[in-house]
Amino acid sequence: MKKAEKKNKEEFKSPYTIIGAITKGNVITKLSLLIMGLGNIAHKQIVKGLMYLAVEISWLVYMIQYGFYSLSMLPSLGWREQQKVWNKEKSIFEYEAGDQSNLILLFGVATLFVTAMFIIVWRDAVKSSYKAELLAKEGSHINTFKEDFKSLFNQNLHKLLLGAPIMGVLVFTILPLIYNITMAFTNYSKLNDKMVLFDWVGIDNFKKILNIRDGIGGQFYSVLGWTLIWAVFATVLNYIFGMILAIVINRKETKAKGFWRFCFVLSIAVPQFVSLLIMRSMLQPTGIVNTLLLKYGIIDTALPFFSSPMWARVTVIVINIWVGIPYTLLQVTGILQNIPAELYEAAKIDGANTVQIFFKITLPYMLFVMTPYLITQFTGNINNFNVIFLLSGGNPTGVGDTAGSTDLLVTWLYKLTVDKSYYNLGAVIGIMTFIVLAIVSLITYRNTASYKDEEGFM
Amino acid sequence: MSNTAIRAGKARKTVKNIFVHVILAILAFIWVLPIFWVVVTSFRGEKGSYVTTFLPKTYTFNNYIKLFTDTSILNFPRMFMNTLIIAIFVCIISTVFVLSVSYCMSRMRFKMRKPFMNIAMILGLFPSFMSMISVYYILKALNLVEGGMIRIALIIVFSAGSGVGFYVAKGFFDTIPKSLDEAAIIDGATRWQIFTRITIPLSKPIIVYTILTSFMAPWIDFIFAKVICRADAKYYTVSIGLWKMLEKEYIDSWYTCFAAGAVVVSIPIAILFMITQKYYVEGMSGAVKG
Repeated sequence: MKKAEKKNKEEFKSPYTIIGAITKGNVITKLSLLIMGLGNIAHKQIVKGLMYLAVEISWLVYMIQYGFYSLSMLPSLGWREQQKVWNKEKSIFEYEAGDQSNLILLFGVATLFVTAMFIIVWRDAVKSSYKAELLAKEGSHINTFKEDFKSLFNQNLHKLLLGAPIMGVLVFTILPLIYNITMAFTNYSKLNDKMVLFDWVGIDNFKKILNIRDGIGGQFYSVLGWTLIWAVFATVLNYIFGMILAIVINRKETKAKGFWRFCFVLSIAVPQFVSLLIMRSMLQPTGIVNTLLLKYGIIDTALPFFSSPMWARVTVIVINIWVGIPYTLLQVTGILQNIPAELYEAAKIDGANTVQIFFKITLPYMLFVMTPYLITQFTGNINNFNVIFLLSGGNPTGVGDTAGSTDLLVTWLYKLTVDKSYYNLGAVIGIMTFIVLAIVSLITYRNTASYKDEEGFM
Repeated sequence: MSNTAIRAGKARKTVKNIFVHVILAILAFIWVLPIFWVVVTSFRGEKGSYVTTFLPKTYTFNNYIKLFTDTSILNFPRMFMNTLIIAIFVCIISTVFVLSVSYCMSRMRFKMRKPFMNIAMILGLFPSFMSMISVYYILKALNLVEGGMIRIALIIVFSAGSGVGFYVAKGFFDTIPKSLDEAAIIDGATRWQIFTRITIPLSKPIIVYTILTSFMAPWIDFIFAKVICRADAKYYTVSIGLWKMLEKEYIDSWYTCFAAGAVVVSIPIAILFMITQKYYVEGMSGAVKG
């Protein structure tokens, strides 16, 4: 991994660096550190230079109008409370708006974000000035604006194509994530009535969550435990049953392979939220399953599919198999057909039986190819919001006032934020989920054959 | 080997085969049953969610008619139109984003390529719901969560981040021989020309797949729409509508309509799925092979 990174760095090494510009650049290049685009303008890249300058000016205007204020408010997150003021002319009390910490936090983070973007453009501008200077010294050709523009359709196509998608990801995925992570270090919560004005509290929330004797902490460990159990069972059972099913359907002797596959695939053709809602309504105490079982006298009282903790946990795992196996089936079928036939022939000549062939050839091959898939499945299951939320809604409640016994970390996160408005605790849970996932996927990935021995089966 | 032994072996094989097929039949029955149940329920004449027989006593079309004409409480036609409008825009934006990013990741070599791929992987490890809360506040700060702007907000939510989901399409692009690009470069083609004239025409399967999956996203998603719309029923998408129909206050009068709605939503998605199934498997196994 390290080697690859180093190689990546060397591959794109460029002589036009910031340090070079500062130490070896001429006066104009050095001035470009302050006035962006100056070097470009001096070397007749007028449009490019003006564009850099425009970026700098708009950043300055933004900072003066909003930015510096936002940043100055960030350490305190505001202190003015909403106040009643007596209006003499109208003879009424008027409310004077106070500070809203959550907006201050949002604009503060956004300002930092904009500034970070600006620094990236600034680096680019300085490098570009330095490059123009060096090229002019060598007497080489300096690209005109037209040529720069044309390069966007050729060697710099990635800049053109990636621009909008990366902006989208930055503004609507990464910025919100950072904003949310910062919430974990505040007391933004309904719990102590800090919904409008709140403060930084450092790592207090983490201490609270990790402290097993605290109410929330106790719930955290039990939810974490169940999340891991759920993810392991959901992933492994789906994999095993899906593989067995695929192998059985793909046997030479099995008739009507297409028909069987169709039957199983039918259930994923229905959107997941529909099939899960159907399952939930079928398994209610007065749902069709219980009604029929009662009617034919197989049971005396309704089965507590979602009302007894143990039942609910088993039920969600079983239903997840129902939802998930078709996907595994499709995957495995594709891969089974890829296993080189010579391997099987050789094994047969050596006198291996079906079981031996499975454990010596099929399984290792599948594990090799499918480990990344398994890891994604595992992480997907830890974050499997839909199955739990739509089936049991985390119920039945059992592990404290905020979490139910089938709640995963994600559904708990949902409850803490949307239902309870404990934004800070929700953010901590989100970070914890990330840490668990990162650790698990790192360890499993590093220990798999596909990482250690990349060429093994190729 | 003697004749009897062969015959015994054959008989054992036949028994085994019958056994396998019986098991398959039972499993297939279990898998198909809930789907069958919904379809049957959508034609059920009796009202309410409580029934004592698996098959309805009377059959009717009224559930479908009510679904599309009774707009006083839960306005299904409007939800349907909302979802359709959103889906069309999301489809266009996401497809452009996904194809652009995956082409760059597969074919271009630049400094930010590896970091971008690593970041995309790390982003996938955060619960997607986590950024949702903040996205709501950002949209609120931009005045996009009131009235008609909700639609725009939903379009942004479903399409803005789509650039990180490039793995399947990248896997596909990787399978197009590089020698084609090299030959085109020798002939004086620009990268843009290679992208639009060679790669895109050769990638019909993955384009179809991308278009269909991004079109489906707003139909399938439930939780993001719920968080953005909050209580503004005017802008609900079909998934929230169907979920509402199963809530306590509506379930008795809307249960059979829920089944009808589920069928209405499922049919197009099922068809799309049947079409894309092949590309799905190809794309995924390609991506897994790295």
